[in-house]
Amino acid sequence: MAPRIELKTSPHIKQADSVERIMRTVVLALLPVCAFSVYQFGLSALALMATTTLTCVLTEQLFNRLSGRPSTIGDFSAVITGLLLALTLPPAFPLWMAAVSAFVAIALGKALFGGLGYNPFNPALLGRAFAAAAFPEAASTWTQAGLPERFSELLPSTLAMPFMRPESVDAYTTATPLAEWKFEGGIATDTWALFTGMTPGSAGETSALLILVCGLFLIARNAMNWRVPVAVLGSAALTAGGFYLLDPGHFPSPLFVLFSGGLMLGAFFMASDMSSSPVTPAGIWIYGALIGFLAVIIRFFGGLPEGIMYAILLGNAAVPLIERIAQPRLYGLRRGRSG
Amino acid sequence: MGMLSFLSGRSFPRGITPPGRKAQTRTEPIRRLSFAPRMVLPLTQHFGKPARPLVQRGQEVVRGEPIAEADGWHSVPLHAPVTGSVEGIELMPTARGPKTEAILLRTHPGDSQTVRWAQPQDLGALSRRQLLETIQAAGIVGQGGASFPSHLKFDVPEGRAVDTLVVNGCECEPYLSADHRTMIERTEDVLAGVRLGMQALGAPQAVIGVEDDKPDAIAALEGAIEPGEPIRVGILRAKYPQGSEKMLVRSLLGREVPSGGLPYEVGVVVNNVGTMAQLGYLLPRGEALIERIITVAGPGVERPGNYRVPVGTPLRYLLEEVGFEGDDPSRIILGGPMMGNTVAFLDVPVTKGVSGVLVMPEAAQAGEGREAQPKPCIRCGRCVEVCPVGLNPAELGRLAAKRQYEVMEERFHLNDCFECGCCSYVCPSDIPLVQYFRIAKALNRERAS
Ligand code: SF4
Ligand code: SF4
Repeated sequence: MAPRIELKTSPHIKQADSVERIMRTVVLALLPVCAFSVYQFGLSALALMATTTLTCVLTEQLFNRLSGRPSTIGDFSAVITGLLLALTLPPAFPLWMAAVSAFVAIALGKALFGGLGYNPFNPALLGRAFAAAAFPEAASTWTQAGLPERFSELLPSTLAMPFMRPESVDAYTTATPLAEWKFEGGIATDTWALFTGMTPGSAGETSALLILVCGLFLIARNAMNWRVPVAVLGSAALTAGGFYLLDPGHFPSPLFVLFSGGLMLGAFFMASDMSSSPVTPAGIWIYGALIGFLAVIIRFFGGLPEGIMYAILLGNAAVPLIERIAQPRLYGLRRGRSG
Repeated sequence: MGMLSFLSGRSFPRGITPPGRKAQTRTEPIRRLSFAPRMVLPLTQHFGKPARPLVQRGQEVVRGEPIAEADGWHSVPLHAPVTGSVEGIELMPTARGPKTEAILLRTHPGDSQTVRWAQPQDLGALSRRQLLETIQAAGIVGQGGASFPSHLKFDVPEGRAVDTLVVNGCECEPYLSADHRTMIERTEDVLAGVRLGMQALGAPQAVIGVEDDKPDAIAALEGAIEPGEPIRVGILRAKYPQGSEKMLVRSLLGREVPSGGLPYEVGVVVNNVGTMAQLGYLLPRGEALIERIITVAGPGVERPGNYRVPVGTPLRYLLEEVGFEGDDPSRIILGGPMMGNTVAFLDVPVTKGVSGVLVMPEAAQAGEGREAQPKPCIRCGRCVEVCPVGLNPAELGRLAAKRQYEVMEERFHLNDCFECGCCSYVCPSDIPLVQYFRIAKALNRERAS
């Protein structure tokens, strides 16, 4: 018998990095944001995160079983979806609604398309959009940050029974700085408070500073494409700056725009979802610029106080189109004889 | 990346910076490897037609003597690496598997093994064509790995003016340091070769590209260039694949070789420093290529270093001499770890184009070389960010998985991929991208023929 010939082909070395490490790094970067949210909003925020994360992981596992694929929960991407979803919801969001939204995020946002890498939309945002459509009232009821009893008791709506509408508890609810500007016509929050984060908002959209630090950590660990936040924030600042120059009395300053609402979280942690953003650097610039622009336009002219979620979903939808025009420049076109 | 570029040498865009791993050998002076008792000389050690044997079984040969002649212009002759006797001409295994004809020599044990065959010429008096014929007669092929006959490289088509001879001293593959040592220890040979190369091309100037992690080589070359001579050293950033022809031309001269074309189309011919050293040493003496410098390195090699190895030395003998014990051919790479290949058998010889012999650690070492199951592409875009050609490996990989090989070629420039491996190197999902692309190209070629 002829001896077995085994030829290995190049390359014989590989960079020591893996999908798991990238995803673990993202989880690690999200933890401080989550912790801050618990500090602001207490036990309810914690319960919300636990619910969405657990539901996402279980749903992922369920679909792996159904389709006979090996388990993928080890890649941590379902954990990321769960945490991100929790961070976009109001802290007092009823848990049963959160669980349904988390299920939808993984089932419709990811499993349906074939799992990690194939999802055209950011699953967490799809879950969030579902929550806004299915539970409009609960999804836009905001709680004050730093309530004194936040560590000893849950907010009443957190434990609302399934299919019951939570009673509105006006004592706790408040308007976000963005809604204040939009519906009441004024900015009561100073920019520094926005930057550090002790303001009402969804569980994770409040501290611009913290998100910035965590985002920079991700970039330093090569777990995120730095072009995404730069493009989104740059484009948002330019767009907002343009309007501010036209009519400073009506439009808020670009700094307010950058540090309020979910723009920071969206730019660093949502738009940067690899599967649902372009693969080419040129594509990412276009994609990020589009998101930043749309986010500001929706805030200024749409019916909603916050536009980043829909801006990113629209950006996701535009990816195939963007990639059609934004391919890398092929070597071989520069003929110059001097250099 | 890129942000610190103003601090270091020039470069092409993108590419990767794998750990150099050259410390094991870069400071080791070149040593001679002893002569193996039996030499195996395949008639095809170059790109082109096999050489035709000139010797018969039982015949005595002296070191340096021609033992096979070139079969036409697209071929090179072969010379005896040892004084000894011809054992026969037989089918022998090659590194890639299939057997080919080879001349077997038995080395005379008591012989001093000095070169006994030479035909010195007055090179200055030769026409360009005569110089090319002299290069061919010396059996010289590219020492960088491609084994392309050197006289053919210098034989630029009529009407094409070459203004610059580009010399590749990058040695961007990890582990390898043979070119580095050659530039330091054989500086004069390199420069003599560069001058002959310029003469053969009629090129008015030459640029030697060296990466900035070899300051001693840069200093040696710059010190040896005559004042006013139209030869300069171009300092380049240490980055892979800086030494690939097309990237080198871009980095040094800002020119890009057109898709599917050759460097002479932008007025350039590229040669390796190792080839230049052979030219500069052999031609004035009228000798032929019978040995070369090889880096032998890797975990498991007891005496790593740079060796002057007679062409035809069996790999098994070489490995024993450097103190490697083991007989798993799939751990032995000929060339560098990025573009070299493992061998099918240990009983294959070192040929003219082998620049390195690396022993890789057992499979599944930490990080490097890990053989993991491919996972789905997460669209991280890293492969796109490193492809030196400006391809979209993620998209190509997706199409390969769907077997859309024609689309890969027609819309995503598959044929511009030169299989450098950068994309596979960075992919966190362990997708064997280059392997897919090789298969796709092969299938497309098959379909076209
Ligand atoms: S192997 Fe081909 S596709 Fe991959 S990086 Fe190199 S040239 Fe680009
Ligand atoms: S490096 Fe791998 S996972 Fe990342 S985009 Fe390229 S093929 Fe996909």
